[in-house]
Amino acid sequence: MSEKVVIVGAGPAGVRAAEALVRAGLRPIVIDEGTRSGGQIYRRQPEGFKRPYETLYGSEARRARSVHETFDALRPDIDYRPETLVWNVAEGHVWAARAGETEAIAYDRLIVCSGATDRLAPVPGWQLAGCYSLGGSQVALKAQACSIGGEVVFMGTGPLLYYVASQYVKAGANVAAVLDTSPFAGRVKALPKLTEQPDLLWQGMKLTFGLKRAGVTVLSGVTPVEISGDSEIGVSGVTVRTASGTLSRFACDAVAMGWHLRPETQIADLARASFSFDLRTRQWLPEIDGDGRALVPGLYLAGDGAKILGARSAEVTGELAAIAALADMGHAIDKDRRRHLRAMRARYVRFAEGLAEAFPWPHQFVADTADSTVVCRCEGVTAGTLRASVSEAFATETNRAKSFSRVGMGRCQGRYCGNASAEIVSALRGEPVECSGRLRGQAPVKPIPVATARTDA
Amino acid sequence: MIAPEATADVAIIGGGLMGCSAAFFLAQRGLSVLLLETDKVGRQASGTNFGNVRRQGRPIFQLPLANRASRIWRQASELLGSDVEYLQNGHIRVCFRDRPENVGKMEEYAAQAREEGLDLELLSGNMLREKFPWLGPDVLAGSHSALDGHANPRLAAPAFARAAMKLGAQVVEDTKIVHAAKVGEDFVLEAEDGRRFRAPTLLVTAGAWAGKIVSQFGEPVKLTPRAPTMSVTEPVPYSILPAVGVMTPDEVETVYFRQVARGNIVLGGSLRAPSYPDEYRAYVMPENTMTQFQHLRRLAPALARLQVIRVWSGIEGYTDDALPVMGASDTVSGLFYAFGFSGSGFQIGPGVGETMAEIIATGTTDIPIEQYAIRRFREGG
Repeated sequence: MSEKVVIVGAGPAGVRAAEALVRAGLRPIVIDEGTRSGGQIYRRQPEGFKRPYETLYGSEARRARSVHETFDALRPDIDYRPETLVWNVAEGHVWAARAGETEAIAYDRLIVCSGATDRLAPVPGWQLAGCYSLGGSQVALKAQACSIGGEVVFMGTGPLLYYVASQYVKAGANVAAVLDTSPFAGRVKALPKLTEQPDLLWQGMKLTFGLKRAGVTVLSGVTPVEISGDSEIGVSGVTVRTASGTLSRFACDAVAMGWHLRPETQIADLARASFSFDLRTRQWLPEIDGDGRALVPGLYLAGDGAKILGARSAEVTGELAAIAALADMGHAIDKDRRRHLRAMRARYVRFAEGLAEAFPWPHQFVADTADSTVVCRCEGVTAGTLRASVSEAFATETNRAKSFSRVGMGRCQGRYCGNASAEIVSALRGEPVECSGRLRGQAPVKPIPVATARTDA
Repeated sequence: MIAPEATADVAIIGGGLMGCSAAFFLAQRGLSVLLLETDKVGRQASGTNFGNVRRQGRPIFQLPLANRASRIWRQASELLGSDVEYLQNGHIRVCFRDRPENVGKMEEYAAQAREEGLDLELLSGNMLREKFPWLGPDVLAGSHSALDGHANPRLAAPAFARAAMKLGAQVVEDTKIVHAAKVGEDFVLEAEDGRRFRAPTLLVTAGAWAGKIVSQFGEPVKLTPRAPTMSVTEPVPYSILPAVGVMTPDEVETVYFRQVARGNIVLGGSLRAPSYPDEYRAYVMPENTMTQFQHLRRLAPALARLQVIRVWSGIEGYTDDALPVMGASDTVSGLFYAFGFSGSGFQIGPGVGETMAEIIATGTTDIPIEQYAIRRFREGG
């Protein structure tokens, strides 16, 4: 058995996939954009920082430690490539770039554990300095012990909203408000599914109580109205319409926003995975079987990069994908273990369905945004310009609207405006959102310099 | 039940820049037009090319057509009622130091081009670097065409289609014609879903897909589908006015770039990949992106520090002699062709559309097109 397996990503999914492969006697290549493994959720602090696990990861400290220690123990048995970007995939090779150099790395099996980024909704004023994604605000805190501002508003929806806000409170930052667009009633309705993970549900409730006990205003069912400020000073406040219909303004100098997560599917897309629309989360997801096999032979997807199931599930799906790859390579596998992992995954799926119900993407709010709202921050394109690409230039779907209006054509390549663009285009055309299509992924996965040169040719 | 048929004076198969501009100029001449497009207008070669509105470097006999196209580009925004981002900031064609023989070729070309009304200024490497300090030391000499420029391919063909619609043309997207035949005096075209279209005149502007249609009329042409290697950088302050390209016989070295008003630098060139017209897919090969970067760094070393944010490609149809098929069918009356532009169709596109409209409406044109006759591909020559 000398099949080459490449794992992309060293978060919980990538680490557990590598562990299963090493256990079977393989030496996988693990390519990590980060410097020290851990991924986003279990991001490790830089060398020399000495904050304890409990401070950094709270209730997930034990899991974070286990993932880190597993990875450290695996180091001699894997070919680890930190600070390395997979920027393209073609003909059985991943193209990996590091420090201005690139090489094509051949694989027989590719396990993509590419994680997730925040799903963002355009809010009038969100292009002002001082607006961050929830993930970005968490990175500032976790990696560098920095707050994004002196007075921070958290706005959006999803468990991460409460989690990051609580981390900020714990770190001593001033949290002006936590503003959730989801109505409280939806969370009550989702309770039966959320009880699949009783301790996570309990953690979530504790976070909300903790925020309130700390004196933080926590509102549900809000409709964002505006992030105010100007180009000189950046953000100065957030105005929302509360569930009871009154306008409320919160003074602040920074806003952290996120509406749950979206999978990073660019690598899967470049590896020619097929996609289907997930109506529950209103996102396009790569098609995989229950173990993570994509329809393309040799391609496996795990963790939140395949479907948003959370960090705990990522450990399960990472191992499942590795077991699937091992089985496909003709290795004997532990079927009891696989059965157990599949059952765990099923429970995380049900829990994630509950989260999607409890913290829905506010698609109507997005579709209704004013013509003056900037939708694409990279290119500074407004909803009005996007709509004109439909009403005046006859774009029928989101790729065409991108081509005419530049929405999604900038540095982020549609990561932060793609979901919103699809909602706005489909609403204007009076069609279900899936009819407005999926922004096709194009290399590079993230920007690469023209200076990039091959080391293997 | 017989499906209802849409009819027009002229049916056009293929909604690229050739088909869309022909539709516009035919409609302008008062003819009714049916433009049939498999996908969306201007999405493949017409929408994904580099956007060079470049005359120099074309065969001398093509310059009258290119000049006609240039006149249209200059007034495109007014003509079409929408901005196609045409910037007439000049075009520079340079040669590298290791190919000194190209300097003589440039001089010879410039002398011939002048006869056809294209003025080119030859400049030494140092003169060029004085004017355009971002050019690298490897640049030996260059030829500057002040009245050429570049435009936005994503916008051009759809703008022609919309302008044609305003003049009454019917533009039918998402309609793949699978069968075309002349029945009596009319061409009858059948779409994949059974819809039928009828017209006494047919223009085939189906690019890389034209081969299947023309063989139904007994005039097979070999077309090789290829995929250009394209990239774009993040935006930087607007400072590079002309489009720049390298003259070389070696495809891997053929790099070119232009800066759009928004600030991004669009790159093209180096090796082309195969493409797949039946699946409607074209892929950028990463190794071609890398050779493109390599030769771009020779051409303009300062650009090495920019980040490329996106690559793309599209489906182009190449003939064996790299010249298009353009003009009337050799065997079927009322049948006209304009396809196989072999990666060099964008600049001349509007000129092709206007010339085909002229030929269809009047039966003749002053533009020399005999080199493009389909009969050159007839078996036995």
